[in-house]
Amino acid sequence: MVGELTWRKRIFGLWLPLILFLVIALFPFTWMAATSLKTNAELYNPKASPLYIEHPSLVHYISLLNETNFLVWVGNTMLVAVIATGISLLLGTMLAYPLARMRFAGGALLALAVAITYLIPQSLLFVPMADLIGRLQLGNTLTAVMLTYPTLLVPFIAWLLMGYFKTVPKELEEAAMIDGASRWRAMTRIILPLCLPGFLSAGIFAFTLSQNEFLYALLFLSKSSVRTVPIGVVGELIRGDAFYWGQLMAGALLGSIPVALIYSFFVKYYVAGLTAGAVKG
Amino acid sequence: MSSVLEATRAGAQTAPARRPVGWLRATVERESVFSWMIVTPPVLFLMLFLGYPFFYGVYLSFFQREVARPATFVGFGNFVKLSQDPIFWLAVKNTILFTAVATVLKASLGLAMALVMNQDFKMKAFTRAMLLLPFIVPTVLSTVAWQWIFDPGMGLFNRLLMISGLAKTGPSWLGNPTLAMVSIIMVNTWRGLPFFGISILAGLQTIPTELHESATIDGAGTWGRFWYVTLPSLLPVIFIVTTFSIVITFFDFQLVYVLTGGGPANSTHLMATYAYSISMGAGQMGLGSAVALSMVPVLGLLLAVLTFYVRKA
Repeated sequence: MVGELTWRKRIFGLWLPLILFLVIALFPFTWMAATSLKTNAELYNPKASPLYIEHPSLVHYISLLNETNFLVWVGNTMLVAVIATGISLLLGTMLAYPLARMRFAGGALLALAVAITYLIPQSLLFVPMADLIGRLQLGNTLTAVMLTYPTLLVPFIAWLLMGYFKTVPKELEEAAMIDGASRWRAMTRIILPLCLPGFLSAGIFAFTLSQNEFLYALLFLSKSSVRTVPIGVVGELIRGDAFYWGQLMAGALLGSIPVALIYSFFVKYYVAGLTAGAVKG
Repeated sequence: MSSVLEATRAGAQTAPARRPVGWLRATVERESVFSWMIVTPPVLFLMLFLGYPFFYGVYLSFFQREVARPATFVGFGNFVKLSQDPIFWLAVKNTILFTAVATVLKASLGLAMALVMNQDFKMKAFTRAMLLLPFIVPTVLSTVAWQWIFDPGMGLFNRLLMISGLAKTGPSWLGNPTLAMVSIIMVNTWRGLPFFGISILAGLQTIPTELHESATIDGAGTWGRFWYVTLPSLLPVIFIVTTFSIVITFFDFQLVYVLTGGGPANSTHLMATYAYSISMGAGQMGLGSAVALSMVPVLGLLLAVLTFYVRKA
């Protein structure tokens, strides 16, 4: 009797809802994959099953790689994400370290300013930002996004790293300084290496956000050769004719894979970064 | 820089030269000097690329400025013009509706997801990674997939409706104003749900098991434990996650831009997409800035609530 009850609880309390959540989360990706592997004849045949693939074919992938700039976009996206993440980690560390570990005039005000900039959304800034980039003559260059993505990432990274920096006891740095190390040495040799998990969390988060960014890329990059994957796919793979879904889904799937792969290697750090703000307050 | 190095080297050999170098080093070692030296580059960067655009946007909103034409000062003219613009008010209404419904859905379903995930089962870490996928995959790419799911002719939804015999011809998901709104809320919920689920799950894992045990001893059932132990302990997490999510949802751009472009007939325009279509589509930078700035009060309110909450905690 009791065994039956827990068994029922297990099905209705765990397995059924879990499967439901998984189906909801994953069916668009299945649909993407199924579409990309079908030939147009099968894809637009109302009698064929929508999910089952009768004649798998790579024709959409081949046309995507041969007829579009897709690989160039992937390269651009990676380059921009790596550089924007690097700049952001550097600037974010420079901002977070003193805020987390030192007392200085204006520090409290600066911490508040960082918190506010953290929440300032892009849609508030894009009009003047487009003007600024235009005046710096950076339109249609990857530099434009490499410089603007850190504005989205630095406040977030600083906020995240401050949490990590605060956890290292102050005595460590004091001990190093009594032994003759300068503040700079204590920071770079003692404290920062201890915060490696924080850098991984912040870095992986910044990297996925850079790959995801759309609005600034849309504003600044209109030439095909400098586009990133998201705007390349939306700007060039969606065409007037109706029969483009196969290629489009191939592009969406291939464009998602690098992020998903990197994410799968560092999922622990990603989750730590994601939940840091919420759980630590 | 090299002169400083030379001076240091010289200082090591001859005693009299030592004093100025020692003074320099002592200054740099002072907490406030060291802090500001390190903090200045990122602060300057943020002032140039965040502070300047923000205030320039405020300045622009007082001008009538069209592409390749000289700007003319119009005072609050842009805001007056907006207050008489029915599409602007429609965008305001849509933004509020979209944010409210999507946030309630994400928070309640996210809580359910977290409670389901907070049990022991095999491959838990793997399941969590799978559930987070909608959140990490580039939004635009998954949104394009959703566009195809909603396709009236051969999209997944209408195919399933027809195969199951529920409808002879499926509806035009993105072509009907009400359904288009339902669709964008659906996609936003799909994408944002894991953020709630995983954050609340992390919160659940910080609740000490002793609390549940003592509640059980006091005679609380499953529901009682949830209502009196779990939910109160989770409120701070839910509050923070919800506030963050409201900010992101309220200012959402790419989802609507890709899925409906604000259509049909402006029925799904959010304030962000309307600002874009005015400033970039119609080339009216001043008016577009005014639309964007109209969102500031909401941001200010959320910031105030958040600051108040953090102070209290």
